[in-house]
Order: sequence, then structure tokens, then C-alpha cells
Amino acid sequence: MEFNELLIIAVSAIFINNFVLTRFLGICPYIGVSKNMDSAVGMGFAVIFVMTLASMVTWLINAFMLKPTTSNIFYIIFNAEAPPDLTYLKTIAFILVIASLVQFVEMVVQKVSPALYKSLGIFLPLITTNCAILGVALLNLDNDYNFIASIVHGLAAGVGFTLALVLMAGIREKLEMAPIPKALQGIPIAFLMAGLMSIAFLGFSGLKIQ
Amino acid sequence: MSLSNEFSKGFYKENPVFKLALGLCPTLAVSNSVQNAIGMGAAATFVLLCSNVIISMIRKGVPKKIRIPIYIVVIATFVTIVDLVMAGFAPALHKSLGIFVPLIVVNCVILGRAEAYAGKNSVLYSFIDGLGMGIGFTFALAIIAVVRELLGDGKLWGIPMFGSGFEPVLLLILPPGAFLTLGMFLGLFNWLDTKRSAA
Repeated sequence: MEFNELLIIAVSAIFINNFVLTRFLGICPYIGVSKNMDSAVGMGFAVIFVMTLASMVTWLINAFMLKPTTSNIFYIIFNAEAPPDLTYLKTIAFILVIASLVQFVEMVVQKVSPALYKSLGIFLPLITTNCAILGVALLNLDNDYNFIASIVHGLAAGVGFTLALVLMAGIREKLEMAPIPKALQGIPIAFLMAGLMSIAFLGFSGLKIQ
Repeated sequence: MSLSNEFSKGFYKENPVFKLALGLCPTLAVSNSVQNAIGMGAAATFVLLCSNVIISMIRKGVPKKIRIPIYIVVIATFVTIVDLVMAGFAPALHKSLGIFVPLIVVNCVILGRAEAYAGKNSVLYSFIDGLGMGIGFTFALAIIAVVRELLGDGKLWGIPMFGSGFEPVLLLILPPGAFLTLGMFLGLFNWLDTKRSAA
């Protein structure tokens, strides 16, 4: 795969098809964790990290355990007549892999770097149910990305998520001071702001990249 | 707690979308047409109903520490069933819902009900709770979809509603429209609540 193609994948995941504002993935943390800047940055980095890792692992799982190829592990172990097609198990397999991956990352980070754990730790358990993680794994599959492209896509999707989250946190910190009608305070105004940001991001869809 | 009360709480009082702010990703993503919204609502209701019943049945044997992974496996199983059935019998709907069908697994309404209700209550009550919450979720999706499809496309269930002179507000069908419509609905329900409690 050429560098150009990877660049296109990255730019389109960050700006044109931004995970939060165009694809509607990961809305819960986007609204829930954007109240202040520090936690938004922490959550953003945790998501980038887990997304990249999850893209890598789910790609390997799909290629060597689910897809009906001669390199399928079950085909080799059980000496089967034909390679088994297990792709219908992808939802169950991916969510289990992501859940255990998050647990594993949490334990490793806790042991290796207590300082990092202190800043990222509380966000890690929340990530399991972040639909952006499972979403990126499924999109990699739908788009038939190869190993490198999957990793780049995962990384870029995480960066796009963090960009949207940090921008939102900045806006919401300012909103604290603004006189907002009582009924719109809190979550409703956050959605209206997200709508305006989404309009801005719509501008990127005119971007022509070759 | 009466059964009818448990059933009807999901409609308005504890509506998963408008009151609890759960399951927002599919709400925003598939509310661009009423057909999609009802399809997604029905799929999520089926998964919610089945997972609530199964989780309530096994709740006494599930060790507390690993309950979440167990719940997720139960939910993922039913999502796979829905995914395959929908791909077989309603391929057009399956295609337009796209990755949001497998993503029902991480719909927080379903895991939320498993954790907050089905893991603690009897099978009958969990069934009723799942049904009520599922209908409430479908209702929320449908009401947002009606606004977006009617104003953004001039159609309802794919049928043109206005004459040719109607200029659709394209923005409402595009992603920003989802955020704006949901934000306005949340504000509206907040306002209704404060009015009611003041009266």
C-alpha cells in the first residue's frame, strides 16, 4: 500500500468522516466527558491508544481465526477438510477481544506506569462500551483494509475523536459563563453545539483528495 | 411496584433517550428516515427483551465480579441472531442501517437495563421492563425521525407529503440535523418538566 493511500485514509477519518460528528460513533463519552479540558484530553489519549491496539488485534483475529482461508488457525489445528467460515461470529469475537484488551491494558499501565494510570486509569473501563472502538474494527472489515491500513485508520479515527472531544470541552468550559435558558442547560446545549460543530465539519466533505 | 407501572415507565418518565440519555449513537445515526428508525427500534427491542429474560434467569448463578462480560456475551449472541435474520429477510434495511446493527451490542440502553434491572428482578418483571424500555426507545427514535424526514426530505415513510413547491431543509437530513433535532427535543422535554413541577 502506498503512502498516499494511507494519507487519504487518515485525512478522511480525521476530518471528512469524523467519527463523532459525521458517523455518530462514541457520542456517550463525547457528551459525558467533555465538561472539562483535563478529562477530555485524558479520555482522548486513552481512546487513541485503545483504538490503534484494537484495530491491530481485531484485524489479526479476523484474518487468522474467522476468515475461511488456508491460514485459518482452526483449519490447521483440526486438520479440517475445508477452511471454516466463522465470519458470522465477528460481533461476539470482537466485543470479547476489545473487553479483554481494555482490561489487559489497564493492568499493564497500572504496573508499568502508575503516573499514566492515574491520568488515564478512570477512563479505561468506560472505553469497553464506547461504540467507536467496535465501530472502527467493523469498518476496517467492511472496507477490506490490510494490516497497515487498519492500524492507520484506527489511529486516525482516535485522533479525530480526540479533536472533536477537545474542541467540545473548550466550548463547554466557556458555556459555563454564558446565560443559557434553563431548559437548555447541560446536555441539550451540548447537542446544539455539537450540531454547529458538525456543520463546520461538513465543510470538509467538499475536500477533494486524490 | 405494579406491572403496568413497570411497563409504562419507559415511555416517558424514564424514557431511555430523552430522560436517561442512553443509546444516543444509534438514535442520531438512524433517525434520518422513519423506516430506519422503526427497523432499528424493533431490532433493539428484540435484543433487549431476550437479553433481559436470559440475564434474569441466570442472575443467581452469575458471579458478581464477571457479570459484565457474561452480560455482553448474552447480548452479543442475540445481536448476531438479529444481524443474520435481518440480512436474510430485510436486506435493504440491513444495508441502510449498516454497521449500526452489530453495534447494538454496545448500545448502553441494553447493558444498562441488564445491569440496573434484569440482574436484580424476576423473569416476568424483566420481560415487562424490556418491552416497555424497547418501545420507549423505538418511540424516541421515531419521533426524531418524523421531524427529520418530514422537514428534511418532505416525506414520511418514503411517501412525499408536500406538493412540489416545498423546499426541503436539507440540513436536517445531514448529520448536523440529528444533533440539532435531538438537542431541541431534550430542551423541550426539560421545559415541559419544569412547567409541570411548577404548576
